[in-house]
Amino acid sequence: MRAASWTATALQAPLLTARALGCERDGRVLFNDLDLDIRPGDVIELTGPNGSGKTTLLRCLAGLTGDFDGEVSHAGRFSYVGHRGGLNLQLTPLQNLRWSAAIEGSNASNESLSSLLDGVGLAGYEYLPCQQLSAGQQRRAALARLGLDTAALWLLDEPLTALDDAGCALVRDLLARHRAAGGAALCATHQSLGLERTRQHALGRAA
Amino acid sequence: MTAATFARAPSIGRAFTAQVQRDLTIAFRSRSELINPLMFYVMGISMFPLGVGPTAERLAEIAPGVLWVLALLSTLLSLDSLFRRDFDDGTLEQLVLNVDPLFVGVLAKVFAHWLVIGLPLTLLSPLAALMLFLPGAAVPTLVLTLLLGTPILSLLGAVGAALTVGLKRGGLLLTLIILPLYVPVLILGAGAVTAVIDGVDPAAQLAWMAAILALMLTLTPFAAALALRVGLE
Repeated sequence: MRAASWTATALQAPLLTARALGCERDGRVLFNDLDLDIRPGDVIELTGPNGSGKTTLLRCLAGLTGDFDGEVSHAGRFSYVGHRGGLNLQLTPLQNLRWSAAIEGSNASNESLSSLLDGVGLAGYEYLPCQQLSAGQQRRAALARLGLDTAALWLLDEPLTALDDAGCALVRDLLARHRAAGGAALCATHQSLGLERTRQHALGRAA
Repeated sequence: MTAATFARAPSIGRAFTAQVQRDLTIAFRSRSELINPLMFYVMGISMFPLGVGPTAERLAEIAPGVLWVLALLSTLLSLDSLFRRDFDDGTLEQLVLNVDPLFVGVLAKVFAHWLVIGLPLTLLSPLAALMLFLPGAAVPTLVLTLLLGTPILSLLGAVGAALTVGLKRGGLLLTLIILPLYVPVLILGAGAVTAVIDGVDPAAQLAWMAAILALMLTLTPFAAALALRVGLE
């Protein structure tokens, strides 16, 4: 049911390859000579103290910044959920999701968009402007986008921020299903995702 | 849901429509942002009879320039939020990452901006012209120049808005960057209306404006897209 074309095409080839990444901000070396392969089925926890460059690394990998050394190559499309969730607060979760579906090229119907919001625990909030939702609910609305299943690789910046226990379990479920379907994810996080068989990648010296 | 339901390559046409629809929805959600530039236009113009004096001849003489300058300023007022709001909430990142080529997304945003600001200004201009005693014969030309000119204002403005998107308080800088670029449109627009009042055929000015519009339509979306990528760094 969740089979998308990327599951068939590239089961073992890396979805993302990064070679000799180096990045310096304001004279501080955030990471240097960093190699990273993300293969289908990988869930990688990117850890490190505040200011160690987790977000910067994600932005480098997503191509949102070009100010770094080394090479990044993608085998396909990816979804990025950043610090700023990518929700317009004046629109409803459903309107936001519909826009995401259109620009990401998902053909999901209105009903399936509603059921995605259901899935992240926003049933009954579909038609409320996002600014009336709590921070955790807004994060859930942002994460609902991942359910569109338009990309094999997810780059997530602190997906657990502001989420309650049920919300964290929800992210765990999303990741587990995504992995089972042959997807992969790189999550910058301070808490453990609580998934089995995750890889760790630590950035920065321990504070 | 089968594999076929998940299209891999997003359709550019669909992204364009969705973006226009989204921006229009937001505009109608925050009505003050929608109405304020129009109020500014009408109120700004109504200051002139008060300041210059309500003499019909004197007002009619300055009317073409005043109507056009106010149209410039009202557009400028609305430009700051063109990309900044999306930058702040992270939707701009999503646009940059997902819409390829990005200039289509930019064009959609500019089109929505014109529908919300430029078009209403154009439609409102006959009323504003009445306040300034603009001769009735010049009104169709005024509307036509605004119809050709306001898209240019939105397109050029998008480049400035994109350049200043990463700055915390880019509003004034945006004005300083964009205002000089508006000069040719102002001269041609006001010139065409004045020409009609003087009994001269405004075809030359109108043709120039149409040419500039075509040029801007082809160039500015690329420039703005490039500036947005830099702004996100």
